[in-house]
Amino acid sequence: MIWLDTLVQGMLLGGLYALFAAGLSLVFGIMRLVNLAHGDLIVFAAYLVLMGVTLLGLSPWVAALIAMPVMFMLGWLLQAAVLNRVLGKDILPPLLVTFGLSVALQNGLLEAFSADSRRIPAGALEGASLDLGLVTVGVMPLMTFASAICAIVALNGLFYHTALGRAFRATSDDAVTAGLMGIEPKRVFAIATGIAMVVVTLAALYLGMRANFDPSIGPARLIYAFEAVIIGGLGSLWGTLAGGIIIGVAQTAGAAVNPEWQILAGHIAFLAVMLLKPRGLFPRAVD
Amino acid sequence: MYRLTTRTRAGTATEIAVIVLVVAGLALPAVTSRGVIQDLFFILTMLTLAQIWNLLAGYGGLVSVGQQAFVGIGAYAMFAGVILLGWNPVAAILLGGLAALALAVPTAFFAFRLQGAYFAIGTWVIAEVTRLLIAQWKALGGGTGTSLPREATSNIMGTDAIRTLFGVREAAARDILAYWLALALVVAVTGCIYWLLRSRLGLALAAVRDNVDAAQAVGVDVRRLKWAVFLIAAAATGLTGALIFVQTARISPEAAFAVTDWTAYVIFIVVIGGIGTIEGPIVGVLVFFALRSALADYGSWYLMTLGLAAIAVMLFAPKGLWGLISARSGLHLFPVRRRLAGPKIEGGH
Repeated sequence: MIWLDTLVQGMLLGGLYALFAAGLSLVFGIMRLVNLAHGDLIVFAAYLVLMGVTLLGLSPWVAALIAMPVMFMLGWLLQAAVLNRVLGKDILPPLLVTFGLSVALQNGLLEAFSADSRRIPAGALEGASLDLGLVTVGVMPLMTFASAICAIVALNGLFYHTALGRAFRATSDDAVTAGLMGIEPKRVFAIATGIAMVVVTLAALYLGMRANFDPSIGPARLIYAFEAVIIGGLGSLWGTLAGGIIIGVAQTAGAAVNPEWQILAGHIAFLAVMLLKPRGLFPRAVD
Repeated sequence: MYRLTTRTRAGTATEIAVIVLVVAGLALPAVTSRGVIQDLFFILTMLTLAQIWNLLAGYGGLVSVGQQAFVGIGAYAMFAGVILLGWNPVAAILLGGLAALALAVPTAFFAFRLQGAYFAIGTWVIAEVTRLLIAQWKALGGGTGTSLPREATSNIMGTDAIRTLFGVREAAARDILAYWLALALVVAVTGCIYWLLRSRLGLALAAVRDNVDAAQAVGVDVRRLKWAVFLIAAAATGLTGALIFVQTARISPEAAFAVTDWTAYVIFIVVIGGIGTIEGPIVGVLVFFALRSALADYGSWYLMTLGLAAIAVMLFAPKGLWGLISARSGLHLFPVRRRLAGPKIEGGH
């Protein structure tokens, strides 16, 4: 039954990666923006939640709930003041701006919080596990997975059943024509990045409660998130979940063979999918 | 008679100035301290990497975030040549270029299937995979790394002559040799790029950068062109990586495949200086070094400033500092634009 255990643990890990990736997928799908600072923004949000817990004595959940509107505003501002000015046909300017932001954020956090690794205290949840008969699963990974599903259901609901979602899809398909129909792409983009930052806060909560983090871990999370988005296909949130699960299962399977191969196995799964399907498994939009 | 030329007075003046600078640079170890030579080595190698990335992204439209793969594989191949094959470190640098070239073939095969942003992420993942694989190579220290053996560093070809010439210790002689090689490499790489941009190939590159479809329509083989640029860039990056680690004489997967050192800084240098020009990386590397020296005592503030500077440049001067200078003065030190030269036409301007 070891393989079943590996599969289940891998899928649950995939939930965490999907959560990292959901915000990225939204932004990437709507405005083709490659946000290289996404991983560092997750780490930033984790410190924000940690501050709420340590300075204000809040429970992590309440702290995250308070951090969400703050992150929404930051995301909105970032998009409105900086990223909207460099978005265009050429992918290089936004890529470079977010690369600069990534390095600035990493070192800003290093200056503010030092290189010590920190953790958001989660109380009794930390070691809790559930016996499901065939396999035993941690409560925290299970909650992460459930949260990933909830986030994707909520985002899809927003995307397909609201006026804002219609504006998102219209802008994603053709920003110029959407503009002719009275949608202001820049305003839509700012809201989308704000929403992505709310999801980032949720991801940060689990990142911080499940393992230690320090200012330097952002880029590695970014790579997993990007792999999940690209495997899933542009603009498909369920695809992103599938991508996260593929990376997660590949990593746990690799680790089962040899602990040193964990991360390598995830990357190789990504490369294999890219070789077979260069546009991902379930692309909704064309790039 | 009318003819097409890229030659201008400023261009000729630059060529003369470069020759003077190179001669002065070769003689410099006679009058400066070891610290200055080490700083110059750093500047020259970063400039080489910046020129190469500029060729890739600024001219070839290949925005790679995975150049550290070639720095790392070049450095490790050099170490393998020295430790496993017993080669002289200077000769083993060539092995670094070859290894990077060999890695570039499967990388290009894979990455060229991906478009735009996917390409950037794809190259980064390949660099990570290469790092993780190299970390498994126990003969070269695995994950913790290793140093060049003492007997290899103590009799690098040419160091004896340098010791007697300048009357310096062995370690200083090694730095001088590395500095000379860096000088040769940066001149060769910049010279090749300059020549390339002025040739038919350069015209094709500019056409592809400006409009892929139009370039294809007039007969440019885009795919072959991108392959050529990517392979040349990889080999040159591998050589630079090997040279950098001949000087440090110590290697680890984290240092050799560092995305910050070999890609982020390099990108910042190109962007701040001005992407798509040969002058840009030169201006950029000077700004980079000045910032580094000025903020050296403030740790991470320096990197934060660098990141914010790159953002500011992208927002307010997308063509970089050289773009500002060039727009004001109309100056092109390395002219690549073709002009019609010949007698003035009556009544023309």
